[in-house]
Amino acid sequence: MTSGDHPGETATVSSPPSRGVVALAARRVTKRFPGVVANDEVDFELRAGEVHTLLGENGAGKSTLAALLCGLYQPDDGHIERGGQPVRLRSPREGLARGIGMVHQHFRLVERFTVAENVVLGDPAQPALLRRADIEARVAEIGERFGLPVDPRARVSSLTVGQRQRVEIVKVLYRGAEVLLLDEPTAVLTPQEAEALFTTVRAMTAEGKAVVFISHKLGEVMAVSDRVTVMRGGRVTGEVATAATSARELAELMVGRPIEAEVRRGSAAGGEGDGTEAGPALEAAGVRLVQGGQTVLDGIDLAVFPGEVVGVAGVAGNGQRELAAVLAGITAPTSGRVQVAGTDVTGGGARAARGAGLAFVPEDRLGTGLVPGLSLTDNMLLTRRREFLVNRRAARREMATAIESFEIKTPGTEAAARVLSGGNAQKVLLARELAGLGTGAGPRAIIVASPTRGLDIGAAEMVRGLLHDAREQGGAVLIISEDLDEVRSLADRMVVLYRGRVALEGPTDELTLEEIGLAMAGIQPEGAVAPG
Amino acid sequence: MNDGAFVALLAASVVAGVPIALAALGELLAERSGVLNLGVEGMMLIGAVVAFQVGNSSGSLWLSLVVGALAGGALALVHAVLTVTLRASQIVSGLSLTIFGTGLATFVGKSIEGLPLATDFRAVAWGPLADLPVVGPVLFEQDPIVYATVVLAVAITWYLRRTRAGLSLRSVGESPATADSMGIAVARLRYLHVVIGGVLAGAAGAYLVLGQVPSWSQDGTTSGLGWIALALVVFASWEPMRVLLGAFLFGFSRQLNFYLQAKGVDVPAELLSMLPYLLTIAVLVVWGSRDLRRRVGAPAALGLPYVRDER
Ligand SMILES: Nc1ncnc2c1ncn2[C@@H]1O[C@H](COP(=O)(O)OP(=O)(O)O)[C@@H](O)[C@H]1O
Ligand SMILES: [Mg+2]
Repeated sequence: MTSGDHPGETATVSSPPSRGVVALAARRVTKRFPGVVANDEVDFELRAGEVHTLLGENGAGKSTLAALLCGLYQPDDGHIERGGQPVRLRSPREGLARGIGMVHQHFRLVERFTVAENVVLGDPAQPALLRRADIEARVAEIGERFGLPVDPRARVSSLTVGQRQRVEIVKVLYRGAEVLLLDEPTAVLTPQEAEALFTTVRAMTAEGKAVVFISHKLGEVMAVSDRVTVMRGGRVTGEVATAATSARELAELMVGRPIEAEVRRGSAAGGEGDGTEAGPALEAAGVRLVQGGQTVLDGIDLAVFPGEVVGVAGVAGNGQRELAAVLAGITAPTSGRVQVAGTDVTGGGARAARGAGLAFVPEDRLGTGLVPGLSLTDNMLLTRRREFLVNRRAARREMATAIESFEIKTPGTEAAARVLSGGNAQKVLLARELAGLGTGAGPRAIIVASPTRGLDIGAAEMVRGLLHDAREQGGAVLIISEDLDEVRSLADRMVVLYRGRVALEGPTDELTLEEIGLAMAGIQPEGAVAPG
Repeated sequence: MNDGAFVALLAASVVAGVPIALAALGELLAERSGVLNLGVEGMMLIGAVVAFQVGNSSGSLWLSLVVGALAGGALALVHAVLTVTLRASQIVSGLSLTIFGTGLATFVGKSIEGLPLATDFRAVAWGPLADLPVVGPVLFEQDPIVYATVVLAVAITWYLRRTRAGLSLRSVGESPATADSMGIAVARLRYLHVVIGGVLAGAAGAYLVLGQVPSWSQDGTTSGLGWIALALVVFASWEPMRVLLGAFLFGFSRQLNFYLQAKGVDVPAELLSMLPYLLTIAVLVVWGSRDLRRRVGAPAALGLPYVRDER
């Protein structure tokens, strides 16, 4: 499957003959940064009229390859070819001059400028005296043609993230780009916006443009691309036609080993009756929070029963973070109550919440979750306040067991937490927070913020497994995340927040993606805008 | 309203506003590129003393003006090297420039303290227009530098708003990272506009000795005009036409003193000499608050060195 070794194999993948021309290629390019080979003899071929996905986990080298292809970086070894000819691109400007345009993960826009001003900024083809009306007309025309509605006179500072992305795309199209590199474009979009982006991408390829689509989300890769090149650790691990592959095969290429069957959301453990009778393990009633004069939580009612996973979703900044802080006792609500296993812990701080049986895994793992300077064993001991004298030996044994069973990569139990990678830190945190679950001594409810964010597939898989087990053992699990896919794949029941209110609630299986997306955008199904 | 003294006051206000306008327009260009230069006072002094020396020995007005302006530009070049290339603090570098400029001007000017200059800019009358009541003397009987200043303010407005180069300049002051990624030479534009700013400050200083008070005196020549120019850029929200208007208002307030004295109203001179410093304090208050700065329209990257981040 390694394209470098068997170029003949991958050449057989089907693609329409008319679109066979290689528009842009990387030939054995290598790019080194201090201490890391970000691209290691990478081969990549993009044909006119195709959507070619670059798939890989965080740090696989996707953005680096894109930067080499657009002229932002120069390869240490190997070369770039445009239309079959070797080229040296010394700057993004030279890339653009050859019709290669990149849309970065982090937008490059001048906030105070209008859309039109941003679009022509640095464009050498503009006359010395700018003709505003012409520019605005062309921006509008491009928007029309590719389904990218933008108001050329609007100031960028007043635009939403999705609109800013459209401006970035219009910007490269305006310069006549024939090849577009989109670096993780859907990471910041709602499902509807992502769908619109895919339509735009198809409109571009229909005109014979070629698109490199960078992603680590398997679902959208399968949906949008013609071919996929998979990267891992700076190398290409495979190139396949989307039609001839499956999400599972791609996942294996990404991780480099077979993946166990995906953790299934079974029916809630113990049947619905049991849990409900026992009463909720975690409950919020009419929680309101006013911060700096802003109402950030506006009357939230929420209950998590033993043996179920509830997921809280929403676009960033709609109250998820604040809700987690209130439930965990870190922030006292302005009004309303929080109960853990029937005990009122409102205003009692994190100590009261933990005492009543709540475990909390924060989003900020190294810092809020673990103390970076302390050893793993000491971090394990942090939340054990029951004994006066700490039992270090027992804790060390416990940690050693966790390291073994969770495959935590660390030099040992006495290593400082700071050396852990994100995935390993998350495993340590879960090991600590879930310890004793189901024995009566352990937690009754657990809140996990962005459980798999930034983790590679292997670690994410294990974290999912741990949360699944926690549910099986009768734990009440609440997941709070900005990543909709994450919530949908883990939760039995979902709650969507919009401007500090519950905009939608229901069993995950019964909610359509469209409903969820509309709720995230604050649009009610009838088309009315939710109050706020 | 029609009394001769008042018309003379208005005409003198315009002349008094010119050096402030020139220096402030120069500072505006530098700041629009993202570089704050607190050395305006120093650059004006150097421009003044150099212009005086050249005028004294050559007798040529225009040569004096040009050499004075270049002296200001040279000082600004030092600021550009320190802040753009070496990424030193713009505040510290600018203040040093003022201290250095003041010291050097005192030193060079010792021998000429109080001497008069034989040559100065003369007003040119616009034929019959100059005979119009009030507007004639105020608008149509001024020296060439006055008209050049007005033209300059209009030209800068047009440059910033309408030209491709002006758009690039503004982007460098707003978001150098974005400008850089769009292929705009951030450092080159910053150098260019800082030096032009210095040239205009030098010209402003030169005009003080060539057009207004044809003599050199350490305390009397600039007397804080550089600081007023700096403040004016902020109060004018970085807009050239507002700078021009503000400069004439300041010119008026300075001349008003003499007018009132002539009318027998006594205003303490100390009050007037406090003005630049009061304004500077007001500006520093604005400067200290991110929020205020944004609201008054400061270029977003003003004061920040640009380091290209590879990531
Ligand atoms: N400018 C840089 N300086 C140093 N290291 C870098 C730089 N850019 C990327 N890297 C490293 O190169 C590797 C690949 O990064 P990147 O191409 O951003 O991966 P991806 O986009 O697939 O997440 C990572 O280990 C990253 O830390
Ligand atoms: Mg990346």
